Amino acid sequence: MKFDSPAQTNPIDQLKIVGKPTPRIDGPLKTTGTAPYAYERHNVVPGQAYGYVLGAGIAKGRIKAMNIAHAQQAPGVIGVLNTLDFEPAPLGSQNTANLFGGAEIQHYHQAIAMVVAETFEQARAAAHMIIVEYEREHGNFDLAKLAPDAPLVKGGNGEPSVDSYGDFESAYAAAPVKLDATYTTPDETHAMMEPHATIAAWDGDKVTVWMSHQMIQWGKVALAKALGVPQENVRIDSPFIGGGFGGKLFIRADVVVAALAARKFQRPVKVTLQRPLIINNTTHRPATIQRIQLGAGKDGKLTAISHESTSGNLPGGGPEGAVNQTQLFYAGANRRTALRIAELDLPEGNAMRAPGEAPGLMALEIAMDELAEKLSMDPVELRIVNDTQVDPMNPDRPFSYRDLVGCLRRGAEAFGWDKRNPKPAANRKGRWLIGHGMAAGFRNNVLRKSGARVRLGSDGVLIVETDMTDIGTGSYTIIAQTAAETMGLPLNRVRVELGDSSYPVSAGSGGQWGAVNSTAGTYAACVKLREKVATALGLSGDDITFANGKVASGDTSFALSDAAKNGEIVAEDSIEYAEVNESHQQSTFVAHFVEVAVDAYTGETYLKRMLAACSAGRILNPISARSQVIGAMTMGAGAALSEELAVDKRFGFFVNHDLAGYEVPVHVDIPHQEVIFLDETDPWSSPMKAKGVGELGLCGVGAAIANAVYNATGVRIRDYPLTLDKYLDRLPKV
Amino acid sequence: MRAFTYQRASSAAEAAKVVYNNREAKFLAGGTNLIDLMKIEVETPTHLVDVNGLGLDEIAPTEEGGLRIGALVTNTACAADERVRRDYGVLTRAIVAGASGQLRNKATTGGNLLQRTRCPYFYDTNQACNKRKPGSGCAAIGGASRQLGIIGVSDKCIATYPGDMAVALRVLDAVVETVKPDGTTRAIPIAEFHRLWGDTPEIETALEPGEFITAVVLPKPLGGKHLYHKVRDRRSYAFALVSVAAVIQPDGTGRVAIGGIAPKPWRVESADAALPDVAAAARALTAGASPTEENKFKIALVERTLAGVMAEARS
Amino acid sequence: MADFEAFKVSRRGVLAGGTVSVAATSVPVVRARAAAQPATPTVPVSLKVNGKEHKLMLDTRTTLLDALREHIKLTGTKKGCDHGQCGACTVIVNGTRINSCLSFAVMHEGDEVTTIEGLGTPDNLHPMQAAFVKHDGYQCGYCTPGQICSAVSVLEEIRKGVPSHVTDDLEGPMKPTNMEMRERMSGNICRCGAYSNIAEAMAEVAGEKA
Repeated sequence: MKFDSPAQTNPIDQLKIVGKPTPRIDGPLKTTGTAPYAYERHNVVPGQAYGYVLGAGIAKGRIKAMNIAHAQQAPGVIGVLNTLDFEPAPLGSQNTANLFGGAEIQHYHQAIAMVVAETFEQARAAAHMIIVEYEREHGNFDLAKLAPDAPLVKGGNGEPSVDSYGDFESAYAAAPVKLDATYTTPDETHAMMEPHATIAAWDGDKVTVWMSHQMIQWGKVALAKALGVPQENVRIDSPFIGGGFGGKLFIRADVVVAALAARKFQRPVKVTLQRPLIINNTTHRPATIQRIQLGAGKDGKLTAISHESTSGNLPGGGPEGAVNQTQLFYAGANRRTALRIAELDLPEGNAMRAPGEAPGLMALEIAMDELAEKLSMDPVELRIVNDTQVDPMNPDRPFSYRDLVGCLRRGAEAFGWDKRNPKPAANRKGRWLIGHGMAAGFRNNVLRKSGARVRLGSDGVLIVETDMTDIGTGSYTIIAQTAAETMGLPLNRVRVELGDSSYPVSAGSGGQWGAVNSTAGTYAACVKLREKVATALGLSGDDITFANGKVASGDTSFALSDAAKNGEIVAEDSIEYAEVNESHQQSTFVAHFVEVAVDAYTGETYLKRMLAACSAGRILNPISARSQVIGAMTMGAGAALSEELAVDKRFGFFVNHDLAGYEVPVHVDIPHQEVIFLDETDPWSSPMKAKGVGELGLCGVGAAIANAVYNATGVRIRDYPLTLDKYLDRLPKV
Repeated sequence: MRAFTYQRASSAAEAAKVVYNNREAKFLAGGTNLIDLMKIEVETPTHLVDVNGLGLDEIAPTEEGGLRIGALVTNTACAADERVRRDYGVLTRAIVAGASGQLRNKATTGGNLLQRTRCPYFYDTNQACNKRKPGSGCAAIGGASRQLGIIGVSDKCIATYPGDMAVALRVLDAVVETVKPDGTTRAIPIAEFHRLWGDTPEIETALEPGEFITAVVLPKPLGGKHLYHKVRDRRSYAFALVSVAAVIQPDGTGRVAIGGIAPKPWRVESADAALPDVAAAARALTAGASPTEENKFKIALVERTLAGVMAEARS
Repeated sequence: MADFEAFKVSRRGVLAGGTVSVAATSVPVVRARAAAQPATPTVPVSLKVNGKEHKLMLDTRTTLLDALREHIKLTGTKKGCDHGQCGACTVIVNGTRINSCLSFAVMHEGDEVTTIEGLGTPDNLHPMQAAFVKHDGYQCGYCTPGQICSAVSVLEEIRKGVPSHVTDDLEGPMKPTNMEMRERMSGNICRCGAYSNIAEAMAEVAGEKA
């Protein structure tokens, strides 16, 4: 199905099932421990041996020698996969760091060996027996030190690139009110609860991997390349994924070493990355240093906007795109954005939930708060006067639908924003300094081709097959809702099968694009199935309806299952998008409101209230969409208050590389969270008229918290996370 | 994890003897710290003596009017004991500020005293650590040290004792009872139980080889208000940046001990004597501190946390 | 050489023992023992899991978690960190919740273990499981079994009067307030961030408003 113009009225608009709060159809499995995750699939292949990965003990250099003799002789050991026995595995287009093979060490805890043994205990013990001799090389690990000389990132033409519009320098010089401030965000880690894990088994020259992966097709292509086999010889199966947040977008060492070992030792091999290895072995969200300059008139209207961000990565790795939203978010005739990148020898930086926007808005939305204060303007109002309905750098290009103002107004009203005291450090209750803060957020809606296959059985059950994944996002349920709505079936007559590379290629889970595209692809396949059903039943004409398990036209009515009584009817299609995303900018919007209490003695910050108002097109399932938003708000709370990978700048590694040292929010950190979805549709997005929400909730929430802390304490912190050591000396005397 | 043989101890004295005679043997109680460290081969015992069946899981009154807490009383059972809650509230509050409900259900009174440091360099066997491998150096010095010690540390080790329970035991002047491999017993004041690192950070307590903790004895109740304030980056399930245990009398005098800053719960006589003067007490508690750039904030945090505790005591 | 300065600063501690040295020199990281181990010690262990007896022969190093997942093939209990830092492995042993990753199976001879599979099945959910479904108290589902085992236990711990960090009156009756439940659940990390919904699910089961 080609989608090349705004959606008209279609079967989804019935909203009998789509749009209704629907408990997840996979809920009973997940809550009873019967949903199978990658490492625990004992039944898929017999004789699974256990792998245990050894990570490099240095950040940069070479392995001079590796003695695996003791490990090989250890009880139960089948063999040792030694990086020195392999050429570096060819890298997928989205990977930067070598995943396995060769003597060169590019980053700490790079996989350099894997012991395969009969039991987990034996493999782990033997891995500790390997003796490695390294030749350490000097590395660069300090972003702040390299930042002043970091070059501009090259643009599409290969030249260093600054995106500009109008004349920023002159407009900024002339602006009556100015802000020029620098903000920093730290390295962060995904910390999904399920570690990366794979079971690999070969059958001749074909390999099947049961793994935990967000993007099945990307994984298949990359793994085939890494193993040097044709893509059709690789099958990935990943029906349940214990969280990803971008950390499972691209294949990691687990699947490469599992597949290599399974081939070498002719045994199915299962491996999970041990938790203390994950942080340095896999990817992380890179730290940023961001300079923001804002110039405004006395009316608050922005006249000049500049946002420059510097981040680091391994040679060949990309920057954290922290300025992306600044090109589109607020009006303003003169603007410039730029990214700089420093070459670091830390582990690979790559996508983590809302890459770019998450750290970018943490900075930009403090800057807006600071500007509002300079203007003596309400920060909600400042954002309203700077709303734009067109792409500010291409004014002929409108937003497809944008109601940021609605988010701001509805959110402010529901939160009781008008009752806040704008004066900082002026609201004390006993030992608690109470503060209120807000911020706006923005994240694009990305359109990607997505396919599905639907099978109508003679029992009237409809099966949807797509390689789409459910990483906690609720894909199973919204795909079922879509199919049920389109085919006029009750939800319990639809079965959804996901995550298998033998199914049609979908958009996958990432960039908050999963929901809209995978449901649109399902819709496309169902529309094709409707045609086949009509033909099978001998119906024609424009009045065919699919409702209540029946297909009707005029006075004729059949049970849907009648169409398949002579055998299953199968239809397959994809949604494919034409120019709709170029003519119109598609984005999603949020306004965050937060109340904090800061201990006047110790500086401990507690969240008391959190509210988000979202503009994201049609909400397919208000239950799971809300969960996506509150979950992202929770991740943002961690980023604001406690999450930071501590860099050892001498030895080049993230020191706090486990879940005790890297502090993500726990239950008690998070208060009741409110989410408001504006009632809207965006017909430019797809037949679903929906947009993504999976990352939106993370966008801006950190700044809302930082602004609330400022309101509470009167101390402006521009360096995340806002740990108490950064402002203790500026709190009221005790 | 290295392979190990396993035995269940039949008596405390026997357990002590076995561990004394086999330098690669360790006691196994709750296991929450030992097993964690065995998985990454920071701990490498080849024989474990499971002491869980020894029946040391009672809390009983002492003749002196205090309580004797068996070494195998779990953290949860100790914190929930009616007598502890009533008369030693600081102990309950310190215990429930630590770890998680699941861990406290497993962790024991004796084991908790022996909890090893959470210094990340101690946990990473690729890094130099004098505590883990004497003589190898200390990678934490000059490294990521925000969580680490500011006082009582040495140029060999800047780790802290990470626990909470012992900080409360320190204000209560508890006594650790042990049995030695020869069957004799002794009572170690909590003040002398944990050692400063000095040149031998691998030696963490006053226990001799094979010596086994059988109980912790609380002296008779002190009265006063019992408070424990643990400051951390998230609100639960995290180790302290600084913690303050205090027993404060109505006139503002009392006792105070600090966690999260030193190799042991940090209590200074002159600080107790200075109460209720917070500034003077804090000065006494942090006198001689040698913090790193990353953790010097703990000096101010000690004072501010103590001030908050004293304010709460007055309220 | 931008980092060389920082390197020198660290030398006081790091170079004392001489095992880790400066750039471009050879650094043996010895992480091995001298010789191969003797055969793996194994022990018989019997566990009663969800009411069913299991007689196992296990490597002494086998944790309760791995005994459940790898030997009894009850994979509902999850391994999130294997170090007591996440709570995904929470099970109920003799009525008390523990981290099964930090306990050797051999320490549980004769113990009664309840896992998520023992609380309910997809067709017959435990009230807490049903409340999690209703309130969407999960997303990816990986921490969920541990959350539910904890949630069930937390309400029981409150009923029994076990105090928590947020209990104001240590001697008064305990109540399943929103703060009490949140504090007591804090040993179960959910990176998807379903906390607010889990609190509501628990409140429903506890019969209190969150």
